[in-house]
Order: sequence, then structure tokens, then C-alpha cells
Amino acid sequence: MTQLLSFIKKEFKHVFRDKKTLLMLFGLPTIQILLFGFALTNEIKNTRVTVLDYAQDNISKELISKIDNSKYFDIISNVNTEQELESEFRKGNAKIAVVFPAGLEGELKHNKKATVQLIADASDPNSATTISNYFNNIIHEYNGLNISKSPLPMQILAEPKMLYNPELKGAPNFVPGVIALVLMLVCTMMSSVSIVKEKELGTMEILLVSPFNPIFIIISKLMPYMIISIFNLIIILIMSVTLLDLEIKGSIMLLIFASTLFILTSLAIGLLISATAKTQQSAMMISLTGMLLPTMLLTGFMFPIENMPLPLKLLSNIVPSRWFFIIIKNVMLKGLGFSSIWKQLLILLGMCTFLLRVSIKKFKIRLQ
Amino acid sequence: METVIYTKKLTKRFGNFIAANELSFEVSKGEIFGFLGANGAGKTTAMRMLCGLLMPSSGEANVAGFDVYTETEKIKQNIGYMSQKFSLYEDLTVAENIRFYAGIYGLSFAEIKMKTDELLTKLDMRSEAKKLVSQLPLGWKQKLAFSVSLVHDPKIVFLDEPTGGVDPVTRRQFWDLIYYAAGKGVTVFVTTHYMDEAEYCDRVSIMVDGVISALDSPGNLKKQMNAPDMEDVFYQLARKAKRSE
Repeated sequence: MTQLLSFIKKEFKHVFRDKKTLLMLFGLPTIQILLFGFALTNEIKNTRVTVLDYAQDNISKELISKIDNSKYFDIISNVNTEQELESEFRKGNAKIAVVFPAGLEGELKHNKKATVQLIADASDPNSATTISNYFNNIIHEYNGLNISKSPLPMQILAEPKMLYNPELKGAPNFVPGVIALVLMLVCTMMSSVSIVKEKELGTMEILLVSPFNPIFIIISKLMPYMIISIFNLIIILIMSVTLLDLEIKGSIMLLIFASTLFILTSLAIGLLISATAKTQQSAMMISLTGMLLPTMLLTGFMFPIENMPLPLKLLSNIVPSRWFFIIIKNVMLKGLGFSSIWKQLLILLGMCTFLLRVSIKKFKIRLQ
Repeated sequence: METVIYTKKLTKRFGNFIAANELSFEVSKGEIFGFLGANGAGKTTAMRMLCGLLMPSSGEANVAGFDVYTETEKIKQNIGYMSQKFSLYEDLTVAENIRFYAGIYGLSFAEIKMKTDELLTKLDMRSEAKKLVSQLPLGWKQKLAFSVSLVHDPKIVFLDEPTGGVDPVTRRQFWDLIYYAAGKGVTVFVTTHYMDEAEYCDRVSIMVDGVISALDSPGNLKKQMNAPDMEDVFYQLARKAKRSE
């Protein structure tokens, strides 16, 4: 017991004396959250809108004020002709334009139906789609208000409902992805580098000559990173709640339990890397190229896995973060319980035990 | 005299390459046994087999009374080891390094405290106890590493080129430490490149191409080969070597 304790103490000293690594350990998640939460978001705010109002009646005025009040839109100009409208687009002043046809109010009263035209600059098709969705939401909302006022429905439309993320915020999708990414990177990279470092320095030889059980070496190497990673997870969660206005709907205990399993899996991968890598640099390279890219691409938080070609879809199954991503999404965003994630937990558990067994076996007690 | 290391036809093959070929020798308690050879002669391989880091391909070997095939864990309890690579943690302080190594050898907290105290006094490094090892000059580090390898009072200590890159004065001081340990009954098994150090050993073995080609006291070897010093003895034997690193 003294043996293990001495070793764990030493590992913590290594971590806390290496200021650069420490900065990376805690800076990385912060930067990632800020980057993904604010900069790299699907959300488009303050879109510049041009209005061409032929109607000039109550309905068009009400709608215009609604649009202007939305945080997604800023009305920057009112034009009177279609030529002017076109030139606004050409100059790049407008991202989207709304055209209210003449006699809007009258038409709505008679036909119970009217059309407002939305013209979007689709040179960037993704944002054009997103913007038009925001716009539709405003119209629906307006319809909804009128329905409650009058006994007869004025208009019936198919209403797209955005479950779990009605405002189409970017953060809910990115935060689980960032959690997976950060834990994966920190655990694999740090654990592999810290073991390879001992090999490189020659201290591993001394450790192996000592009666210290090699399994203990592994345990004490993984311990600090495990604790740091859980700490990291808590920081990320706090930041998501306070900075990104995200609410944790499910059980936090379940979230931490699932994360611990994922952390262990990632540490096992790091251990496996350390068995093959000879230098700290190569361990770092393998962790970065081998882990960062697959995690980013095949986890499903940047690109939907459903749309991938079959080989990639199959490949994504062996990426642990893919399953972990589903778990966090279900627990954190949807507030679902254990019954919704037991399959993913089982898969992670399987991966974890398999990887740990292989890596412990590969961890050589005798040098070559 | 009690025999603490015993080998008979100890051999290690890596594929077709025979790194150590039928080594047979004995080392007695308290002896300073020099293990010489050019680079690639098989010194490190032989030493690693004796330490339980490498499984022999064939032959017999006993270290501290335990078999290298079956009782490596017991061997580990009874040996100290200092590798040619510098083996202390640079980001830990002097005292922390001592405590760590004492700790992984399973010493109790009271023993660790006592040993740390004793070592710091012996090395006259009390004022450096809280300094990081990275701030020490190389010679001090080597002396510290040697003392740390003795922290659990082993019967045998294996030193793999312990004085590489150290200045002559510090090397001399280092050997004083070795004599001191040997005087207390610790068997010292040391590999070296420096022939003046070979003169300090009780007996030396010289390995050429994986085979022990000479084994005797420095005095006898010089007489047998009609050589003025160990340098010449080594040169006469080593130039017959066919393989290089």
C-alpha cells in the first residue's frame, strides 16, 4: 500500500509541476467550449433584412415589428421597388428580403390564406436554410396568436417542430461533442505520453527491476488523469450551464458514471499507444492523428453519421466517442434515464474491458 | 566465500543473433566485479538477464540464491539497479526521489524517513534536499542515483556504465561510494568503458562478441598478457572482435 501511495503521489507531482501540460489540461476544454459554443455555431444571429412592403397594412406592420424584435433579424432597410431590392442583394447589404404583396390583409380575410415572400441569399445554402427556418417560426408564431383571437383558423400549415432544441441553438449539439472530444484527447494523449516518458528517460527500467507490481504502475499512471478528467467534465458542465445557457435535464450522477466509463476506455487506448510508441513525440502524434480526427469526424456531432457512406458508417461503430456522444445527448439534453442508454453503456463497457486487457497484456514486464 | 551470482552457459539469442553466448562465472559476496566489453559485446544483455528484465534463452543463472527463470520477483527484492541512462526524476526534488524509490521497494513510512535522513547526511546534500534534481550538477546526480539504488539495502547492486560523461574527480568520488558499499558487504556488478576504473575492480571479465574472453583480477590479467595496464589488456582482446554495434 505504501508502494502504491508513493507512486500515485509522484504522478500527481509530475502533473502539477508541468505547468505547460497543466495549462493544456485545463485550457483545452475552456477554449473548446468557447470556440464551439460561440464561434463555431450553426446559429445565425442578426441577419440583415430588407423589407419591400407593397401592402402597408396592419398585418404587414405587425409582422415587420415582430421580425425586427427577433434576435435573429435586424431590419436594415426598406425599399420600394424590386430593382432597389435586387441592388441591395448585389451590394451584399441584405442577406434576406421579405416582400409583402399588396392587399395582404384583404386577401387573408377573404381567402383565409395569404402568402408572404421570403427571398434569401442562398450562395451560402446552409445559412439560407437556417434563416428561412427562423423566419417560418416567426410567421407560425404570428398565426398562432391570431388563431387564439378568432374562432376560425385563418390558415393551416405543416408546422416543423424542433424537438429538444426549439430555437435551433448551436450549443446543445456541440457541448456533448466537446465533452467527448476533450475527454478522449486528454486521456489518450496524457496517459500515453506519461508512460512513454518513463521509457524514454530510462526510469521504466528501474521500475521494472524493482519489485513494484507493473499493474500498480498502470493504476498509478492512470489515476491522476482520471481525476483530472472528471474535474474537467465538471468544468465543462458548469461552463455549458452558465455561459451557454444549457440546462442539464437528466441525472448528473448518471452522466458522471457514463463519463467515468468513457474516461477509462480512453485511458486504455492511451495505454495501448504507449506500448507501441518509443518516444513522447510519436505517442503524441499517434494520439492526435489517431484520435482527434476519428473523434471529430465519426462521432456524429459535426457530420451526421446517417449520411455517411457504408464503410464510414461501419467504421464509426468502433469509435468509443460515438456511443458516448449518444449517451450524453440522451441524458443531458433529453433528460432520459438509464433505460435509454444501457445499450451504449454496454458497448462502452465491452470496449473498455477489451482494451484494458489487451493493453495490460502488452505492457511488458520484461523489456523485450 | 559465499557466492551471490552464479551463471553456467547462460545464453541469450535474438533470432539468429547470439547476444550473450554461454557465459559462465561466479561472483562472491562483497566483491567488485567489473564487466567490460566494447559496445555491442553483450554486456547490457547479460546484466539484464541477471536483473530479471530479460528471459535467458538457455543456461543456468542464480542471483542472490534465486533462479532467474522462476524467482525473478525474489531477485528484484534483493538487487539494486542503476542504468546508463540517468534514472532519477528531474521534476522531483532530491528528497522526493529518495522517498519515491524507498516507497516502491515497500519500505514503511518510518523507514523511508530514516533512510532519507541517512542518505542526505551521507551525501552531504542536506541543503539540497528541497532542490529539484534538474538543478544538480551531473556528478551529484550520479552519486544520488547510486545511493538511491541502495536505499532498500540490496545484496547486489548492478551498475550499468554509471560514470558515463562524468569528470575524473567526480568519478573518483563515485568509486569511493562503491568501495564504501562493498566494504559493507554489498556485491557490486559494474560495467564500464573506462579502463582506469577497471583497475579499481577486484576481478574483471572482458566480453568480446558475446563471449567472455578473459576473467581474472586486473593484476593477473596484466601479467598473463604482458601488458603495462588494463587499457592494453582490453585492446589486445577487443581488437579481435568481428562484430560492431
